Amino acid sequence: MTGASKPQFARRRPRSLSDYFYDPKTRGVVLQILVALLLVYFISEIVSNTIRNLEEQGIASGFGFLDRTAGFDISQSLIPYANTMTYARAFLVGLLNTLLVAVLGIILATLIGFVIGVARLSKNWLIATLAGVYIETLRNIPPLLMLFAVYFGVLKNLPAPRKSLELPFSSFLNVRGLYVPAPQWEAGMSVVLAAIAAAILGIVFLNWRARRIRIQTGALKPVVLPSLLLLIGLPSAAFLATGMPVTFDVPELGRFNLKGGMVVLPEFIALVAGLTLYTAAFIAEIVRSGILSVPKGQSEAAAALGLKESHAMRLVIIPQALRVIIPPLTNQYLNLTKNSSLAVAIGYPDLVSVFAGTVLNQTNQAVEVILITMGVYLTISLLTSVLMNWFNARMALVER
Amino acid sequence: MRYWLAAGLALLAGFGPGTGPAAAQSSTLDAVKARGQLQCGVNTGLAGFSAPGEGGIWKGLDVDICRGVSAAIFKSADKVKYVPLTAKERFTALQSGEIDVLSRNTTWTMSRDTSAGLNFAGINYYDGQGFMVKKSLDVVSAKELSGASICVQTGTTTELNLADYFRSNKIEYNPVVFEKLPEVLAAYNSGRCDAFTTDVSQLYSIRLTLGNPKEHIVLPEIISKEPLGPAVRQGDPQWANIVRWVLFAMINAEELEITQGNVEEMKNSKNPEVRRLLGVEGEFGAGIGLDNDWAYQIIKLVGNYGESFDRNVGAGSALGIARGQNALWKNGGLQYAPPIR
Ligand SMILES: N[C@@H](CCC(=O)N[C@@H](CS)C(=O)NCC(=O)O)C(=O)O
Repeated sequence: MTGASKPQFARRRPRSLSDYFYDPKTRGVVLQILVALLLVYFISEIVSNTIRNLEEQGIASGFGFLDRTAGFDISQSLIPYANTMTYARAFLVGLLNTLLVAVLGIILATLIGFVIGVARLSKNWLIATLAGVYIETLRNIPPLLMLFAVYFGVLKNLPAPRKSLELPFSSFLNVRGLYVPAPQWEAGMSVVLAAIAAAILGIVFLNWRARRIRIQTGALKPVVLPSLLLLIGLPSAAFLATGMPVTFDVPELGRFNLKGGMVVLPEFIALVAGLTLYTAAFIAEIVRSGILSVPKGQSEAAAALGLKESHAMRLVIIPQALRVIIPPLTNQYLNLTKNSSLAVAIGYPDLVSVFAGTVLNQTNQAVEVILITMGVYLTISLLTSVLMNWFNARMALVER
Repeated sequence: MRYWLAAGLALLAGFGPGTGPAAAQSSTLDAVKARGQLQCGVNTGLAGFSAPGEGGIWKGLDVDICRGVSAAIFKSADKVKYVPLTAKERFTALQSGEIDVLSRNTTWTMSRDTSAGLNFAGINYYDGQGFMVKKSLDVVSAKELSGASICVQTGTTTELNLADYFRSNKIEYNPVVFEKLPEVLAAYNSGRCDAFTTDVSQLYSIRLTLGNPKEHIVLPEIISKEPLGPAVRQGDPQWANIVRWVLFAMINAEELEITQGNVEEMKNSKNPEVRRLLGVEGEFGAGIGLDNDWAYQIIKLVGNYGESFDRNVGAGSALGIARGQNALWKNGGLQYAPPIR
């Protein structure tokens, strides 16, 4: 109080130590440093304590095990893998298997979730009720049970290998999975790949130009048809021009099973299907609430402007709904990724099954293995969040 | 501010050097005595080895080790808390102190005995890995399993032996790996796998639980050595000795023909070996921190190794496994215990 009435005195007096103590800014900085030091000490104590305890208990520690031979096999691998390779390689195989399920699951769950979310708001009673039943049922089943139901349900209904279901394109379906011809690329394939890349670039350019013309002159240029033509036409032309550089390794019946071809494991199908159906129910609710969050006046205004209903949905409602949808959607993506670790229950070789399961048990280095595994999930989650936040920020700009 | 400082100091004090759990490690025997109960890690349910029977009473060859240790310490075979563990959980449970002994069809391997912080106390069952297939497949040898899908449980030696065997025989196969046994069996039953592989004794035990046991056969190939036995934590030699000598006492008792039925009379035996085992002569209990009648209690309350084998997995049980390698050394088997002297 007195300081306020005579500010010049307070400012001129040389600052003593106690002034710093009572200065909230200094105090804040000092406190933060202290807390940071304490934290560093705390962590280093935990680390050294753990190492000492492990040593005293005669448990190996360190990360050297990653270079040792794995010695076990993995049923599905996106990269070449043999049991003579290292634990680090097995880790990579598990990680890629996890990512495969996560990415595929997220894409499918989003598609299904949006469809069901919109269906739930349908004016058609039957469609709305069916969507409602789907959502209420699946949201209330624990994901693990869901996976068991899908996996063992699928296994029970598929025929034995010798009685495989024959599908078109020399494909077969049986209890061991879906067998499809494996494409074998030959020399000219790089040209085809280049053509695909060129087509994508072309589409990006087309869109960009159409947008510019629309903004400058208001004229609408067609994009969808030319894009499709480009995407299909260019690679097809390259494919034919290079003399169809692909052959197929077709599955054939062996003693126990089909030989050759490519197999999609039932564990994989069950995991993706289970996670997708489960997460889609949550996404549907998010989509529904997002759409409902857009004030009715918006669609009325759009109608008053003469926009078609589909245009109103696409240009007015959805962009605004997305702002509400994206944050909780991110959560669902993270949930799906984390739930994919339930794979181990149904025999799919994901990161947890391969690394935090088999590798942990063969090396007995639980601390290191779990640390790495946690680090991986943390990284995946953070990356997903960053990506979605970026997307969210972009969507938020649409706001006027 | 003051609270912060106080909290910080408290943390510092708590985290000073040498306060970790291992540093303050005390004797397992004392801990068990103070608790009044032995914590024994067993299988989640493997008939003959460790499985809960009627009224939740645990029975089996592995369970009898727990009961033996309990008898030696408490003069009662029932002061045991059984902790059912899956293959994956078992070592962590022992390392973290959740259990005192792991007696759960666990294979003694070098890495487990050295770098996993475990100490194996002996071998109570000599086993080997085999394969079980459906009879309808018409397979008579493991060598015919080329291209087959094989179900296996994670966290076992089984998983590695499998890869070794097929690699060295240059046969292709597809492993399907589950964390828990029920899922392995469900997958095998549904036809997802052609074969199920684990230690042969476990194959026999599990076969009895499958709908119609006659539909499944165990193939003749034994692809590994699986010496199964109880394990303890490293760093407490006295405790390791107790578990080891409980097993040895049971084997020695069979060799000396001391049974649950005759142990009382045997106390009057003239045979010095019998007298030392039953604590009539000598001071052998003191060497492991127990009363001198420690072995007498085991035999009276649990029985000798042969009796335990018989009623749990042998001729007197549903499994009906022959003694084979698990016969006493003098009967052509491998079971051999060092003398008590
Ligand atoms: N002896 C082998 C295998 C022991 C093992 O865990 N076997 C499995 C397959 S029969 C088992 O007992 N599973 C029961 C469970 O985990 O609940 C080892 O020590 O690794």
